[in-house]
Amino acid sequence: MTEPDSSQTDVNGVSDQAELPLLIPAAARTGAIVTFHLDGRRLTAHKGESVLAAALQNGCKLRHSEFTGEPRAGFCLMNACQDCWIWTAQGQRLRACSTPVADGLDLHTRVPGTPDGR
Amino acid sequence: MSAAITLAKHGACPVVISDAPDAGGQGYRKLNPHIDLDPRQIYGPEYHRYESLNRQFSELLHIIDYRPSTLAWAIYGGKAHVLRDGQASEIPYRGLILAPGATDRIMPVPGWTLPGVFSLGAAQIALKDQGCFIGRKVVFAGSSPLLLLAALQYRRLGATDLAVLDTTGFSRKLLALAGMRHAPRTFAQGLSYMRELKALGVPVRTGVELKEIEGRNRVSAIRFAAASGKEHRIGCDAVALGHGLRSETQLAELAGCSFSFDPALRQWFPKSDENGRAGERLYVTGDGAGIGGAEAAVAGGSLAAIALLEELGTPVKPGEKSGLQSKVSRLRRFQKSLARAFNWPHEQAATLPDDVIVCRCENVTAGDIRKAAGDDLGPVEVNRMKAITRCGMGRCQGRFCGPALAEITAAAAGQPIETVGRLRAQAPVKPLPLSAARSEP
Repeated sequence: MTEPDSSQTDVNGVSDQAELPLLIPAAARTGAIVTFHLDGRRLTAHKGESVLAAALQNGCKLRHSEFTGEPRAGFCLMNACQDCWIWTAQGQRLRACSTPVADGLDLHTRVPGTPDGR
Repeated sequence: MSAAITLAKHGACPVVISDAPDAGGQGYRKLNPHIDLDPRQIYGPEYHRYESLNRQFSELLHIIDYRPSTLAWAIYGGKAHVLRDGQASEIPYRGLILAPGATDRIMPVPGWTLPGVFSLGAAQIALKDQGCFIGRKVVFAGSSPLLLLAALQYRRLGATDLAVLDTTGFSRKLLALAGMRHAPRTFAQGLSYMRELKALGVPVRTGVELKEIEGRNRVSAIRFAAASGKEHRIGCDAVALGHGLRSETQLAELAGCSFSFDPALRQWFPKSDENGRAGERLYVTGDGAGIGGAEAAVAGGSLAAIALLEELGTPVKPGEKSGLQSKVSRLRRFQKSLARAFNWPHEQAATLPDDVIVCRCENVTAGDIRKAAGDDLGPVEVNRMKAITRCGMGRCQGRFCGPALAEITAAAAGQPIETVGRLRAQAPVKPLPLSAARSEP
């Protein structure tokens, strides 16, 4: 067992980097470039990426809890938890982890057309 | 996949229904062809099993009626009720093999709903399916042999800032070694993971207690108590959380399986015989039938297929089953030893702070559950708790809160876990759009 020395324990923690992406690419993408929108921002992704990966490489949330309004960004990535729902401008609900990103998708982390977006 | 391969090889034309865009379990999950990942790097010594399974399946696709991205949302009247691209339909069957797999089993930790906290399985899927790390500094936390494997996969792919926090103490693992003789190869693999992580400088701390995942709108640190009781904090932007596996059993229940409680794993499993047979022309296999891991799932799928063929009157070679039977039972015994080695920290259910969210869908806290268990509302039972608190009633249907709900209920009522029951499954097993109801006849 390795015991980390105290220098590896960051007492202050990493600061809240609110808008930095959550997911970090670990390998090159070979799919064609696709263009999509996330909360009004025009962004690019690659064919073969999921909506979840495309959104979370450009942001840090997919939806908000209906109860508390807290941001959520998926949890299981295997179609089980249903905590990665994201909305299209047309009001269609997508399960982000199992939906491929596509050209022209207009994604919203708040429910379009509702007062508080939940 | 394995069952379909065996059926196809025997001349049957199986229908394969997969909710995921690709069929198959998470253990040998097919890598995304649009991302430049080397399967040898990810799967290491398991590569040949991964390659063989996926190659055989694609070679037989011309005889398989393959329906990916299709949700089987109910089993009723000898038919699978499915939904694909918003269109509902029914698939009648002569025989049914269910291989729904498992999800991570989660003991809630304060802060576990923050963006940046993913299940341990999700951390691996992010890599295999999307070529992504879940963060720049990832802490793998919980209690599972997969903590080491996942950390190693991240390290091999170039992640440098990693740590493993294992809630099981090393001495407990030594005690469980007695059961490990059932699968020496897999055990040796576990030890080699430890050695490789150590050599690569990834800190692994055992016997810790997870206290809190901190952050405002996303993860910024994880706080834990070492075995000595001293508190530590690691700054991080992602946590992969998992305490072993929880079988997916909803479809098995709808198909008519009966269930039995496994006291070692503290879980309910569908009852089946040594071939996976759970009823007339009904089979359950893989981690959805009993936790056994990927290798056991491949052997078990093939075994269930052979047994079903026999039941349907198709001649199969004598002796084809016995080798697979001993393999599946050996690997499941080994997993049971592993489950003892990597303890599900059920005792933490009693001490979880009242304000911790247990049900992330319906925002139900540990305190809400304890209050309901303490009120004089009749027998203390999880389906009653669900009705009172809504814990387990949300969109995930208890998949992630269910194990903790049962433990908190049992602890609050002072009852043994097996007496508080099992969340009942209902169709649809996953949310359907209302439009799907319109397309029903």
